[in-house]
Amino acid sequence: MFNLSRKSREALTDMMLAGPATLAMGMLIFIPVIIVAFLSFTDYQMGAKTLRWVGVDNYATLISDPIGRRAIVNTLLYVAIVVPFSIALSLLVAIGLHGMADWSPSFSKALRAAYFLPVAATLVAMALAWQMLLHPSIGLINMALIHVGLPAPAWFSDRGLVMYTLALIGIWQSVGYNMVLFLAGLAVIPQHLYDAAEVDGAVTVWDRFWTVTWPMLGPTTLFVAVITATNAFRVFETVATLTRGGPAFASDTLVYALYREGFVYFKVSYASAITIVFFVFVCTLTIVQYRVLQKRVHYT
Amino acid sequence: MRQGILIRVASTIALLLGAALVLLPFFWMISISLKPPDEIFTRHVSLLPDRIAWENYAIAVTSVPLGRFLMNGVIVCSGILFFQMLFSVPCAYALAQRQFKARVVIFGMVLAGLLVPFHVTAIPIFLGLAKLRLLDSYTALILPFATSVFGIFLFRQFFARMPKSLFDAARVDGLSEGAIVWRIALPLSWPAATAFAIFSVTAHWNDLFWPLIATSDPAIATPPRGILYFRDEEAGTDLGPLMAGAMIITAPLILLFLFAQRTFIRGVATGGLRG
Repeated sequence: MFNLSRKSREALTDMMLAGPATLAMGMLIFIPVIIVAFLSFTDYQMGAKTLRWVGVDNYATLISDPIGRRAIVNTLLYVAIVVPFSIALSLLVAIGLHGMADWSPSFSKALRAAYFLPVAATLVAMALAWQMLLHPSIGLINMALIHVGLPAPAWFSDRGLVMYTLALIGIWQSVGYNMVLFLAGLAVIPQHLYDAAEVDGAVTVWDRFWTVTWPMLGPTTLFVAVITATNAFRVFETVATLTRGGPAFASDTLVYALYREGFVYFKVSYASAITIVFFVFVCTLTIVQYRVLQKRVHYT
Repeated sequence: MRQGILIRVASTIALLLGAALVLLPFFWMISISLKPPDEIFTRHVSLLPDRIAWENYAIAVTSVPLGRFLMNGVIVCSGILFFQMLFSVPCAYALAQRQFKARVVIFGMVLAGLLVPFHVTAIPIFLGLAKLRLLDSYTALILPFATSVFGIFLFRQFFARMPKSLFDAARVDGLSEGAIVWRIALPLSWPAATAFAIFSVTAHWNDLFWPLIATSDPAIATPPRGILYFRDEEAGTDLGPLMAGAMIITAPLILLFLFAQRTFIRGVATGGLRG
């Protein structure tokens, strides 16, 4: 009798500790995911009294509509630019700062802070700063370009250029973050590997990088690549602040399209389909990450 | 040795140039925020203002309720953090230090939840809040983030490394499980707590997606949402005050970063574990 009541008392404690969070997870994550998946197969519009099952119609529209396809292609393009450039630049910066820390730790630390500043700053505010910097007539960059006799591009209104401009800001924003991850990776490479490589004839900086640094950073690089890609897939703040997907949908991205269709045009079902496509991309990326991490065994 | 020095000099120059490029938008933002209009709209752009126009900051603060936006940011971020801690920490403790049947299921939910970006749940949550007539309120800005699977995960990892004997001793001393969570487990995981707090506050201070969706009343606009009201109202004519406003809304996080660099970097980097 005592045993039973003790047992139920314990169960009550477990429920009080874990219950609220579990309930909230269900209400705020899992049920919404089920609802959004369901809505994507209906014709529901905001405020409508009824809804009808339409099968994969919304997905078909998304794929066949040039605007919908544009959002997918633009997002993939953005990810494809930001990921390699951000990784390459942040790796260079990290290697440089790591080397500098040997002879001037405080200088290295100050520079690290400078590179990290975009991560700490509010992206919407910084997007406005970029807009001023790249302003066609009063921006610093274009004034400088004109000064040296180069053409002054319309960074945000040229349909062929606007995605690259946004990607540039994306790279600028993510380098500091990736640098921190690479610095952590560099800090755990044992010095004796470099010594051994030197004995084996890897004397130049270049040789040492390819024989020791790069292979040892393999797992870090993969981790950085996946994080940068998942963040890049979510690109929204710069698009919403600077271009609103324009001009003529030239800078439309998945999350911005989901916002516009769902919350400006109230086409809930179509926006739900966009959401699911976005979700599938993000999940695929995570699965790839797990797969590769399991397969690749680095330092043996 | 000569080669070593040469490389050192070259890499230092490259790093300085890179840092200058990274800081350029900050520099330009500050420069414009201190320039009078005639120095902004000119063919002869100069890096620094000739006459420092402090009035831009006064205009920014008076023409839109910037103070209100900042206060909204503080209310929303602290509200979110409060509920996240309130829900996540006890759950993490139960998952790490107690044996019960649902444990595996709940931890599975946490891991699955880590896969779901907030954007995916935005539409149903919006519909739900609309049904409850809660849109355009602090509740709408705070409630959707009331629990953080990332927080549960982070605290669970931390609590799992603590010795069981510690908690057994506390139980022998007659402490309730709730008291153990808040008076022993949480204070002992201070590094995790500060890292999580910084991660959470930065994420929600900077977020534009949800405030743009859930609110249309400028009176409850968070700082990024508010600065866009400013931009749209002024229609691009008052650039000096706009940049002053941008400076003001990004300043709190930048100051936090500069004063607590190590903690800040760790906090934001820990957040990267979130897939």
